[in-house]
Amino acid sequence: MDTLLNNLDVFVDGFALTLQLFLWAALFALTLGTIVGAMRVSPIAPMRWVGTGYVNLVRNTPLTLLMFFFAFGYPKLDLPSFGYTQLAIMALSLYTATYVAETLRAGINTVPIGQAEASRAIGLTFGQSMSYVLLPQAFRAVIPPMMSVFIALLKNTTVAAGFSVAEAGYIRANLSERGEPAIVVLLWVALFFVLLVAVLSYVQRVLENRLKVAR
Amino acid sequence: MSNVLFDAPGPRALLRHKFIGVFTLLLVAGILTFIVYRFIETGQFSAAKWELFTFPLVHAAIFDALLATLKAFGLAAILSLVLGLILLVGRVSKHKWINVPTYLFIELFRAIPLLILMMIMYYGLPPLGVTFVTPFVAVVTGLTLYNGSVLAEVFRAGIESLPKGQAEAAYAIGMRKTQVMRMILLPQALRAMAPVIVSQLVVVLKDTALGFIVTYQELLFLAKFYGSQARYDSPIIPAAIIVATIYIALCLLLAGFAKFIEVRTKRIGPRAGKRIKLDGEPPVDPYLADPRALGAQSRTQGA
Repeated sequence: MDTLLNNLDVFVDGFALTLQLFLWAALFALTLGTIVGAMRVSPIAPMRWVGTGYVNLVRNTPLTLLMFFFAFGYPKLDLPSFGYTQLAIMALSLYTATYVAETLRAGINTVPIGQAEASRAIGLTFGQSMSYVLLPQAFRAVIPPMMSVFIALLKNTTVAAGFSVAEAGYIRANLSERGEPAIVVLLWVALFFVLLVAVLSYVQRVLENRLKVAR
Repeated sequence: MSNVLFDAPGPRALLRHKFIGVFTLLLVAGILTFIVYRFIETGQFSAAKWELFTFPLVHAAIFDALLATLKAFGLAAILSLVLGLILLVGRVSKHKWINVPTYLFIELFRAIPLLILMMIMYYGLPPLGVTFVTPFVAVVTGLTLYNGSVLAEVFRAGIESLPKGQAEAAYAIGMRKTQVMRMILLPQALRAMAPVIVSQLVVVLKDTALGFIVTYQELLFLAKFYGSQARYDSPIIPAAIIVATIYIALCLLLAGFAKFIEVRTKRIGPRAGKRIKLDGEPPVDPYLADPRALGAQSRTQGA
């Protein structure tokens, strides 16, 4: 307990940065993922190729490697410079966007085929049948798995600790300078993560129950 | 190409699609060209930066690092399958005193970030007098605890997806609980979940890269080491390109294997309702589509 209370500043700063990484990356990943997901079901073949290529490539790249590229490679390219935190957000967003895209696509696949056929039969266009008929229904099916994606994202923010971002995973390194026992610090960090994940899972369960439809 | 989402495009729509398609390709080509241009402009393809990687000694070192990655992956994969089965047995037990602790164990290790788990092993335990924790041990235990817990849930989902009649029939002919599980439920569940299990192994392979942060000397660690050799013009991007190629090739290989199993098992899968097929792939026979694919995939997010 002393370890936590004496170093509350470091813990608070660390988890504040973790939540920042999480929220920004969630926002960008949701945006990019929706675009990529839409590209993957689009009637235009090259768009499908690009979407599929992106998802397959990035999904099979370890996140650590992606961060490695951004943290160590990007600064060497003489492009507008960013801090390590921004670079970590970029890597997290690019990585998570593939999972968002796949979740959305799987969600669209759960809508019964008759819905799409019926909306086409009454003359709706692709955009109309998507936005009025399919997506509102897919949305319900997508919420629980999407929350799982965000839980994974929250846990993945710790990887940034290996690349000079002073978030929750970095608290141990900070406190080892103050001579705190590593195991106690790490167990506290783990406990807070368990609590954060529990909160997200609770939200997930509430939404799941509220949005459930009997088919 | 048959697709339920839009009509077969007419001549004008076809022209428009072609136009947008070309535009998309040009845009992507433009982005890629820009990246390659930045690489060239900053000398990433210069001979000086790549000279280091022509030495046979460096080749040998990369090969050793690849072996280290594969060693951690192989051991962690086997151990997490074993742990997953053990946890499954605890999870489906009718006794509360086995059932509840197992449930808590699974939920706990699924909630702790894998990297924190590895750090607890690597930084936390040695000061307490535990001496056998090398980076390798930390990486393998971390991967095993996390993926074992995930796999236990995957196995359980597989068992729950089976028709109830399977277990009932087995009990009716006088089988004991262990026999029902071992001879009836598990073989079918493993078969149904094979694609998901292999996808989870891809996650194990990807997550070995986390070992880099707890100083396990695998591919990424080597890339950082070579990338900071000032005598060879700090070739961090060339090193990353080489390592990335190896990693992505390995993962694609394993993911391809998962896809292969999925296509094979689909032929014998249980009946399912009609589902919309959006890929532009030929529509799959609706009776053979797999209803569990969505739920199962969402459960196997990688760390």
